Amino acid sequence: MTKRLRIAAGQGFWGDWPEAPYRQVTGGPIDYLMMDYLAEVTMSIMQKQKSRDPALGYAKDFIPLMKRILPILAERKIKVTANAGGVNPRACAAAVAETARGIGLQGKLKIGVVSGDDLLDRLDGLLARGHTLGNLDTGRPLRDVRDRVRSANAYLGAWPIVDALRQGADIVITGRVTDTGLTLAPLIHTFGWGANDWDLMAAGTVAGHIIECGAQASGGNRLVDWQRIPDLANVGYPIVDAQGDGTFDIVKHPRTGGRIDVAGVTEQLVYEMGNPREYITPDGIADFTTIQLRQVAKDRVRVSGVRGKPATDKLKVSIAYFYGYKAVGTLVYAWPDALKKAEAADRILRQRLKDLKLDFEAIHTEFVGVDATHGRLAREALKAGDIPEVQLRIGVRAREEAPVDRFTREIAPLILNGPPSVTGFAGGRPKPEEIVAYWPALIDKQVVKPMVEVVEV
Amino acid sequence: MKKRLVEIAHARSGDKGDTANVGLIAKHPKDYPLLVKQVTAARVARHFKGMITGKVERFELPNLRALNFLLHGALDGGGTISLKTDAQGKVFSTALLRMEIEVSR
Repeated sequence: MTKRLRIAAGQGFWGDWPEAPYRQVTGGPIDYLMMDYLAEVTMSIMQKQKSRDPALGYAKDFIPLMKRILPILAERKIKVTANAGGVNPRACAAAVAETARGIGLQGKLKIGVVSGDDLLDRLDGLLARGHTLGNLDTGRPLRDVRDRVRSANAYLGAWPIVDALRQGADIVITGRVTDTGLTLAPLIHTFGWGANDWDLMAAGTVAGHIIECGAQASGGNRLVDWQRIPDLANVGYPIVDAQGDGTFDIVKHPRTGGRIDVAGVTEQLVYEMGNPREYITPDGIADFTTIQLRQVAKDRVRVSGVRGKPATDKLKVSIAYFYGYKAVGTLVYAWPDALKKAEAADRILRQRLKDLKLDFEAIHTEFVGVDATHGRLAREALKAGDIPEVQLRIGVRAREEAPVDRFTREIAPLILNGPPSVTGFAGGRPKPEEIVAYWPALIDKQVVKPMVEVVEV
Repeated sequence: MKKRLVEIAHARSGDKGDTANVGLIAKHPKDYPLLVKQVTAARVARHFKGMITGKVERFELPNLRALNFLLHGALDGGGTISLKTDAQGKVFSTALLRMEIEVSR
């Protein structure tokens, strides 16, 4: 088979580099631009925005981005898959359509909308019918926190996107679809893969996993040999260059920075990995222990051999619920004895919190520059006397807001009534922050009905 | 002689709720058996003693010359609940690279 398909990653998360999608559509030939916007807690943020304004609840910056690249997409016949729709994919699609009409693309563009993932309004009915939506980590039933749920979305897979593409959609905007489904769908659509071709489903899923975090697969946030990765200022985001047989290459556009090599792709493959033999998606199960990687040219890694297993009869559900409040305060202490000063300040602060009889679920102290990321492992290797400065970082968490708010008023006083040589408080008093926590669950596939609409602009 | 893992391996980590994963990758294929033999789940649990509250699971990926560790209870509740700087375990992997293992030569 000589047909090839090129799927380019344009965003690895909501807030990724705004230049990346533009560079992907202009830097060389591609067929699809794939953009992943949704992290686990993103949905609850979008739900909050939607509750304030029913026309919101999606990745707002998708609209100006589309305005910038739509003429290029239309000219070069590049299609888009993006889960930018968040909790309001129809509103997102309407905004894109309006933008498209505004730049003269009326009648020249079809937008597909994938929804049906949103279960928030169906929760009570589902619970009543015996779907417990128990927490996958703790086993607790959802009814324990039902009244605090802010959003609930099933992870849809690739097939509703395929449906939209088959109906001629140029831009497919989805709600909560798996990151990997955004890449798998164009592969299924282009090569006519069948739903029971489990090895192919797995191959497309692995392709999606490799590029779903954007430049993390092409030289960004990469540990091995990081000082010699060329020109990250001009980093090329990864592109899947695929054949119909499930073999594909990871590449990037010519004259871009970064690097595509086996070591870097391997780092991305193990990112957020669970059991490597069972990478479960709605579209099938991929076995990561079957993946073969080979450097076939400069900045070109071939991925082959991927084996898969049949999909389960469940979908994962991502639920966000109100948990409580937290706040984090920081102060910086300078040499000499920077660490001792920060430790003394921590002791004083904790004594004061205790004397105030505030009820916290947790108080957490870190000495940034000493132990924040490596804990006692770093402390054991430390020559504490020479450290030029240490940031005291202390956080509290509680179910109620009042103790957290009181805590935020105990940081600044330490500047004048605690240990000396203290600075770095220009940011002012920290603010109590609402905690919206994540509740992963499973639900029977049959009760979730994906919806697909395709409309001409 | 002893070597720190950082000299022969690289690593990447991420999170799933309150669990951090650490993917440990041999820089050279010849060193992968060393990792398999010495960087056991029990050894990693000892390395992170006091820093994680749950168990450690290990999976082998010889095709990628990598080991994947799941460190349960590593993130103070994880995600938005956690008060840690590294609430999503993004750099937990680098802490494993401090471990020393025995190498010949």
